[in-house]
Amino acid sequence: MKVLGFLLLLAGWFLVLAAIVLFATPPLRAAFVLAGIAVEVLGLILAVRSQLIPREEKG
Amino acid sequence: MPAPRLTDVTTVACLFFIFLVPFAAAGLALMNVGLGRSRSAGHMMMASLCALAVAGLAYFVCGFAWQGFIGSPGHVLTLSGKSWNWIAAEPFFFRKLSFDGSATSLTALFQIFCVGLAALIPLGSGADRWRLRASCLSTGLLAAWTYPLFAHWVWGGGWLAQLGVNYGIGRGFLDVGGAGSIQVLGGLTALAVTWILGPRRGKYSADGMAPAIPGHNAVLVLFGCVLALVGWIGLNSAGAILFTGGEASGTALIVINTMLAASASALTAAVITKVRFGKPDASLTANGWVGGLVASSASCAFVSPAEAVVIGSIAGGVITFSIEWLELRMEVDDPGGSVSVHAVGGIWGLLAVGVFGQFQRPVLNVAGDSLPGAMNGIVSGQWLAQLIGVATLLGFVLPLTYGVNRLLNRFYPFRVSVEGERQGMDLHELGAGAYPEFVTHTDEFLPR
Repeated sequence: MKVLGFLLLLAGWFLVLAAIVLFATPPLRAAFVLAGIAVEVLGLILAVRSQLIPREEKG
Repeated sequence: MPAPRLTDVTTVACLFFIFLVPFAAAGLALMNVGLGRSRSAGHMMMASLCALAVAGLAYFVCGFAWQGFIGSPGHVLTLSGKSWNWIAAEPFFFRKLSFDGSATSLTALFQIFCVGLAALIPLGSGADRWRLRASCLSTGLLAAWTYPLFAHWVWGGGWLAQLGVNYGIGRGFLDVGGAGSIQVLGGLTALAVTWILGPRRGKYSADGMAPAIPGHNAVLVLFGCVLALVGWIGLNSAGAILFTGGEASGTALIVINTMLAASASALTAAVITKVRFGKPDASLTANGWVGGLVASSASCAFVSPAEAVVIGSIAGGVITFSIEWLELRMEVDDPGGSVSVHAVGGIWGLLAVGVFGQFQRPVLNVAGDSLPGAMNGIVSGQWLAQLIGVATLLGFVLPLTYGVNRLLNRFYPFRVSVEGERQGMDLHELGAGAYPEFVTHTDEFLPR
């Protein structure tokens, strides 16, 4: 899950880069940048969740 | 984009402000010491000194060569007819660098302090359990590779700085005093280090409780805040002169904004903790103060004093809740609050440029005021440029810094042994305590 989280972070960043290069109109570019950031947020949530300590290992 | 030409007055002012920057490092080091345990105090100060030394040397060897400065040669990719400058191509060891008071030589001087500051941030999150040699190796990687790469993109004429020129996105990514290049980068490295190290023993119990492990010296923490203010005044002012082409006469606004943002942020944190817990919390107020300084770094040259107060107030609130949320809900054991203060506060500061920024004069990132949408100093698309910068920090820098530190941890484990953590880092790694004349409470040695 942690690896998937980091892959999603990278995928979101590539989406942002692609939006800059591929779209010339500001609204479309902004929409794809926001979509890329949304993917990054998902990746961050996955990465954070994967770090939670299992209850039996606490203490 | 040519390097700025500085007048004699601006050069002297810039030198003065650069000489203030080490105070920020001293402040952060004292805060990290005070927020950690007494049995690791000497170790933390030693680690801070070593981090500054390693960062300076690594930056001298190859960091500056890869970061470069505005107008320096770089490796360029061409995509759809637009150039993407992704890394500088300067010689190693400061060769070909003339120490003649030019903007280039001042940039090298400024950056050697900035990289040390970035290196101190992860130490706070790894307090009480991060081995000294491992922290030095990690610092070397940060100063030689991670920091120069991102700093080149922002301050060295890289692709983030050129978003305005190449794609008409605002004035490109703007970061006057290093809210992104220093603070968020350091804060994300702190998050990676915390994940790799895991929490201190006894921090999280099986019944779901997370007992507080308070810092051992509030005086050091609060004195560190005062030193940090002096350092940040230098950081923001020198950054504005070197990276936005500001004049010495414009630094009064920057200093005022820096002070106001820190004040508003600290008071917000104090009020929130007073309302929630009955008494203002010293460590959270201190974290709020530094968080306000961090948030001011990106925008201090482009906002009015009233806007700086708003930016600081929001920073104080966000940081206070972020520290609690990360510690209790996300189980991120970060004794120094580095992730919330530097990463969260820095991201808010970067976004604030897009929300509040007004540009009454050209900045070095663009050719002039002729960008589409420029009206009454407000440039359309600046918020998008700032978002792209934040997306790069989260989507590229975080996986990069986590990856290199994880790899390093495989060959040289970061975490001290159980016995070492129980004994304290001072005795275990340095052979002597920071406070040898003090009586140590025996309950500190009980395994949790």
